[in-house]
Amino acid sequence: MGLEEKIPSGFVLTTVEKLAGYMRKNSLWPATFGLACCAIEMMAVGSAAKYDISRFGMEVFRASPRQADLMIVAGRVSNKMAPVLRQIYDQMAAPKWVIAMGACASSGGMFNNYAIVQGVDHVVPVDIYLPGCPPRPEMLLDAILKLHSKIYDEKLGSNRAQIIKEVELAAMNAKPTIEMKGLLA
Amino acid sequence: MFGAKGTGDTSGYGGLIRTAASTGSSERPYGSYFDEVADDLERAYPMFSEAIERVVVDRGELTLHVKREKLVEVSKILRDSLKFEMCMGVSGVHYPTDAGRELHAVYPLLSLTNNRRIRLEVSVPDLDPHIPSVVEVWAGNNWHEREVFDMFGIIFDGHPGLTRILMPDDWQGHPQRKDYALGGIPVEYKGATTPPPNERRSYK
Amino acid sequence: MSVFDPYAPSRDTTEGTVYSVTGGDWDSLVQEIGSTKEERVVVNMGPQHPSPHGVLRLVLELEGETVTEARAGIGYLHTGIEKNMEYRSWTQGTTFVTRMDYLSPLFNETAYCLAVEKLLGITQDVPERASVIRVMMMELNRISSHMVALGTGALELGAISPMFFAFREREIVLDIFEMISGLRMNMAYVRPGGVQQDLPEGAIPKIREAVKLMRKNFKDNTTLLVGNSIWMKRTQGIGYLDLAGCTTLGITGPVLRSTGLPWDLRKMQPYCGYEDYNFDVITADTCDVYGRFLIRMNELEQSLRIIEQALDKLEKLEGAPVMVADKKIAWPAQLAMGGDGLGNSLNHIREIMGTSMESLIHHFKLVTEGFHVPAGQVYAAIESPRGELGAQVVSDGGTKPYRMHFREPSFNNLQATPAMSEGGMVADIIGAVASIDPVMGGVDR
Repeated sequence: MGLEEKIPSGFVLTTVEKLAGYMRKNSLWPATFGLACCAIEMMAVGSAAKYDISRFGMEVFRASPRQADLMIVAGRVSNKMAPVLRQIYDQMAAPKWVIAMGACASSGGMFNNYAIVQGVDHVVPVDIYLPGCPPRPEMLLDAILKLHSKIYDEKLGSNRAQIIKEVELAAMNAKPTIEMKGLLA
Repeated sequence: MFGAKGTGDTSGYGGLIRTAASTGSSERPYGSYFDEVADDLERAYPMFSEAIERVVVDRGELTLHVKREKLVEVSKILRDSLKFEMCMGVSGVHYPTDAGRELHAVYPLLSLTNNRRIRLEVSVPDLDPHIPSVVEVWAGNNWHEREVFDMFGIIFDGHPGLTRILMPDDWQGHPQRKDYALGGIPVEYKGATTPPPNERRSYK
Repeated sequence: MSVFDPYAPSRDTTEGTVYSVTGGDWDSLVQEIGSTKEERVVVNMGPQHPSPHGVLRLVLELEGETVTEARAGIGYLHTGIEKNMEYRSWTQGTTFVTRMDYLSPLFNETAYCLAVEKLLGITQDVPERASVIRVMMMELNRISSHMVALGTGALELGAISPMFFAFREREIVLDIFEMISGLRMNMAYVRPGGVQQDLPEGAIPKIREAVKLMRKNFKDNTTLLVGNSIWMKRTQGIGYLDLAGCTTLGITGPVLRSTGLPWDLRKMQPYCGYEDYNFDVITADTCDVYGRFLIRMNELEQSLRIIEQALDKLEKLEGAPVMVADKKIAWPAQLAMGGDGLGNSLNHIREIMGTSMESLIHHFKLVTEGFHVPAGQVYAAIESPRGELGAQVVSDGGTKPYRMHFREPSFNNLQATPAMSEGGMVADIIGAVASIDPVMGGVDR
């Protein structure tokens, strides 16, 4: 009935990359990094009330960054909080991922002023930007699932170095937003 | 209700100087319990006329404008004799055009015994932004005064530890003053740039 | 000269050696500290720590397990909302204030709107239906806010199940909010002059059903915690603050009521027509965490009572306006879902675009410029789940606030942390802070 019946002679061939990706994506431990409104929605996802993140094996929000590999930046990051956030990110063991949850963490949101960092990507590299103010719990789950598939397809070793190089090159050659015309073109 | 008033700068591009009118002293009778509060204070505090610059009744609220030298004395009398046991904090207001009284500190008071509210207001010049602290009268004003110091640069003399509270310790300037820019950045998106709100076209 | 390394395990300062604990080996650290002659240990808790609500930083001076000095560090969530509002119109202000204390958005909005209405001099003109809807929404919000306070408070003291029940109840309330305003949180539903839109069709029976369900569900948490001996050992006699302490520190809300003083602005200085509702002010006389917990538990039932009375009133006021009649203040369009999914009524657009130039100009002016508010300053206070929430608003006669200041109960009440926890055990600080129920978005604004 199970998977084992589909496997010929009890073994399976795969690549190390796929295997590592499979393991990593299914053992993602988020760090509690609740800041503002989004943190409450993150807690709603974390508690078993309705959304139940434990379906994806992630209900254990780690309080210590050393035991976590996903940072969900849930809320606005102030200039006073930014160094703290960076220190926590540095304390997390690699490989690690970051979700910028909500408009404020992604871009500063509606608070374009002296106090707020205009996007947490000024401080740490971000893997997933999640819009919304605050995003619904379902949106957070969707972002996490998207991150899972991203982790699953992550390359290792020289392949990874190659991809990083390509991505950096693409970023260097990308059109700056000010030159993008969108529908105005 | 609509339309430009004052400078008549209908272009709306910057340069608009915003001023808030300061109302004059109100005439007796003040109405409600305000006469009683004023009478009680006068009885309990003989230097009433010296210490209280103006008594303003506006929109059902009583404001006593107090000279800063007398603030602590008046506060003690209000707390002990008039039973204003609670001070609900202090809020700064910056009027850059009100020469000699640029910075105001506003203290809403609450009496649990009599179920009354009044407000104290103290104004000081920008060049000498010192107000005596009322923390010894209402200990709960500790953080509120630190916040006003942080945001407006009003120095509360006698405060047990007047340091920044909301902004980082090494922050320059006092963000909520009118001469401090909002500090937003222009946002670029698909060929258009949206300036920060304080540099946008604005209506008076 | 040595280079400052923020990630070094220890460094020497004028105050002695400072160790950074980053999740390493505790045993070696304890040994190292034990080898020094220093008795006094200063522990920095937060701002990223699971136990204090949000980004609160506590600096604790310890002697063994006893706290000799506690200091709270705040400001890690300072958002500049008060300053930002000076650049937005009066109506847009609600969008900002709702994000301050994110557990009680409707209270922030109502305090702000009551202040703006006082400045406009239209307090009496706000339609009754709008006031009743405000009351109902606020009381629903009080339930969801208390639920998070109870759930996280219990979680921080090590009880996980109450949190599940609490968030289940919160979801019921948020579903109602979503049905009425379209948003689960930060809804900007209360506007100067009334509320943004009327209740949708079928809202009242749904809310009645939810009230019935919640009344049944509340028993789950009651049976879990009330009288539970572990819970009582963790909360009774902890975080003691008496009436004198509360008045001198300006503390209001459940913490003040736990001293036995029935001070509730809904009764003492009614607003939004609270004088027409029957409800009790819940008090306790124990001045401790358990008393505050019981107050919150019992206030849930009182909120349900108010909601039921509000629903009765709403049924009688069916079809009444929810916004002031003055079209110079009220948003011009009655919102309705259009075919394009946007919330403007097609009839209104047809009218202003096709028939009346004046209506179009009026609409344009009101939406882009906003309304003028006469100069002056007012203070409007309401009873939020955490205490007195005051909005201090100054207008210069313009279309934007001249100065906004919020007297946040969380900000004020958090000052009581040292008074409640000094001399007690480290573990009890968590209970004391949880009983204040500070929301850092409100503390830092």
